[in-house]
Amino acid sequence: MTFLDYAPAPESQAVLHLRPDYGLFINGDFVPGRGVPFQTINPATEKPIAMIAHANTADVDTAVAAARRAYDRTWSKLSGSDRGKYLFRIARLVQERARELAVAETLDNGKPIKESRDVDVPLVAAWFFYYAGWADKLDHAGVGPTPSSRGVAAQVIPWNFPLLMLAWKIAPALAAGNTVVLKPAETTSLTALLFAEILQQADLPAGVVNIVTGGRETGQALVGHPDVNLVAFTGSTGAGRAIARSVAGTDKKVILELGGKAANIVFDDAPIDQAVEGIVNGIFFNQGHVCCAGSRLLVQESIHDEVIDRLKQRLSTLRLGDPLDKNTDIGAINSADQLRRIRELTAIGEQEGGERWSPACVLPDSGFWFAPTIFTNVSTSHRIAREEVFGPVLSVLTFRTPAEAIAKANNTPYGLSAGIWTEKGSRILAVADKLRAGVIWANTFNRFDPASPFGGYKESGYGREGGRHGLASYLKPAAGRSAARTVATAPAESSPELDAKAPVSRKKAAK
Amino acid sequence: MTRLAVPKTYKLYIGGKFPRSESGRVYEIRSHGGGFLANAAQASRKDARDAVVAARSALGGWAGATAYNRGQVLYRIAELLEGRRVQFIDEIVQTEGVTPNAASAQVDEAIDRWVWYAGWADKYVQVAGNANPVSGPYFNISVPEPTGVVAIIAPQSGGSLLGLVSAVAPALVAGNTVVVVANETMPLSAVSLGEVLATSDVPGGVVNILTGSPAEMAPWLASHADVNAIDLVGAGDLDWVNLQIDAAETLTRVLQPENGPDAASPSLARIVAFTETKTIWHTKGLI
Repeated sequence: MTFLDYAPAPESQAVLHLRPDYGLFINGDFVPGRGVPFQTINPATEKPIAMIAHANTADVDTAVAAARRAYDRTWSKLSGSDRGKYLFRIARLVQERARELAVAETLDNGKPIKESRDVDVPLVAAWFFYYAGWADKLDHAGVGPTPSSRGVAAQVIPWNFPLLMLAWKIAPALAAGNTVVLKPAETTSLTALLFAEILQQADLPAGVVNIVTGGRETGQALVGHPDVNLVAFTGSTGAGRAIARSVAGTDKKVILELGGKAANIVFDDAPIDQAVEGIVNGIFFNQGHVCCAGSRLLVQESIHDEVIDRLKQRLSTLRLGDPLDKNTDIGAINSADQLRRIRELTAIGEQEGGERWSPACVLPDSGFWFAPTIFTNVSTSHRIAREEVFGPVLSVLTFRTPAEAIAKANNTPYGLSAGIWTEKGSRILAVADKLRAGVIWANTFNRFDPASPFGGYKESGYGREGGRHGLASYLKPAAGRSAARTVATAPAESSPELDAKAPVSRKKAAK
Repeated sequence: MTRLAVPKTYKLYIGGKFPRSESGRVYEIRSHGGGFLANAAQASRKDARDAVVAARSALGGWAGATAYNRGQVLYRIAELLEGRRVQFIDEIVQTEGVTPNAASAQVDEAIDRWVWYAGWADKYVQVAGNANPVSGPYFNISVPEPTGVVAIIAPQSGGSLLGLVSAVAPALVAGNTVVVVANETMPLSAVSLGEVLATSDVPGGVVNILTGSPAEMAPWLASHADVNAIDLVGAGDLDWVNLQIDAAETLTRVLQPENGPDAASPSLARIVAFTETKTIWHTKGLI
């Protein structure tokens, strides 16, 4: 070890008091599931953490019935300010137990502790704090005066930001007056169950939030349940498509946050040091398990070599290893399945002619690991430039003119996010106007905030989460007001005066 | 001796031109009383696809026009419709069998609807978008943008002109381009509206009007990968659940059928339904 190396600095697990097994959280209590329980493991070591209950269809029925009862008898009758107070309580409890939640998240998900500690968990608290304040101000949410809640929300979340995605879903749903049945991802149920304990500490009325753990079929049973009024899903475009099909003909409101293949565009006048940091943050944050990851680097031809050299230098300084180590930059891949998919797509990337590079990097013996990887010499038709890898893999393409950059950036069925790096303000505005993506970061990347709407164009889904727009998704205009009925887009979510109506036609004197 | 009238050939309106159906098919349009009125073009799936191509080509220009300009163009439609009231009243009386007064009221309402929506073009962004107070050195703003190419199955009952205008106008406000399937049995005012649009500074391809069978064309439009949103407002009598399932393949945004006299009633929600919210984070430098 030289004096430049880092000594191990593992975060203590002493703060964590896990049970050996966890039940489903239904109607305010933990209850056994009727399916076969499954193990949740630490992806960095493959060691078991706890047993998790498996909800079958009957369990999902019970959970939806509990949510319906809580909606009818309790939550829909509560004042907005009281709903808000519960959410404030939850925000505070998350802050109080922040370290414990961060350690649990890192154990279960494999992400570096510095991310779960400094990004995920603080944002969870911020999300509840933000939406808590909305609960008694719904008249200003953008769907007209005295909007109503929708009822029971079925929410299915992914494994990449387990607790944060839970917060994105539950906070606005409760603020708007809905009750919730949430299904965490199969490989990352742990923090949702710790969150259930927080709900007990907050004394949230029974049944307002129910958490059913399990696999894909649990999620399908929940989403397809006839007694849910709203479906909110974050995950793959394939699964989102199936949900869009399954709700056809119903009046279920749907919010879909799906895949992405974001372009991160670096112009020749960009601040290179910041851009390199932004590229790294864009694709290697959370091992690239980010739907809005900047997985396609579009770099102007004249600075390609310089940017790639600097990028390689920077990647060589990233530390991959024990996610609980406070100095770790790159943690574990969340599951064996995901690792297999990343390996498969990167192998195809090589076969198709991409030049593969990774820094010298020792991968731990056990657990699921993948070294940060960049592909240069990639063209737009390569699969690694089209398909979502959902891993620490960057595809580098070049362009000569802004028009070419925009055309390449938009050349994807996705439209979730994009990045622009240039010192020229007018260029930022012009390019941002032309990119078909729901979130655009100019001279930054992967920023999230509860006040900021997030969501995609095209096949990246519809609806927005975050901000006023995200609240409006969970509301409907007061009865009797005719707003365009929509299943899919997010219309409902956007304006303070959605009920604005044209004057009813007057009969004119014949001319 | 009375003068022999010169009847009009009713054709499609695609890309700013008035083609016949590529299929060569026509279908008879009869008056409310049953008499022959016209042979309308019976558009095929290829016509529908051509219309989508025209709408896609026109999108950049229309979405990129200033909001003020779009508002003026939409207002210009009202002006020209006003000047052709008599023609529209006559067609409505013949096809719908209503009284001249009722037809006149329908035309008036259609004109006023263009005026109402025209006024929104340079305002809806202010109402539907906003700045976001994020916790960091960023200027963050959310703005609605047009969704893209919108396919519409126009209302098949109620006033044939008013139903069409009520569905088409809100989609145009934000800068979307439109492919609309007109009222099947009463398409004459739709074709005539195409003639108004063609002379109203509306760029060719921004609105494309198809006459014929909604049941035949709707599946092709719903499953078309280059259609970004489909408004099924007038598809209540079709197998619309399957249309919604088809649309899911490319996550096409769907508005479900509406029935009754309030179908497609004017609202800001109808404008916003065809928009996507874009949120932009601008880094604020440290000075």
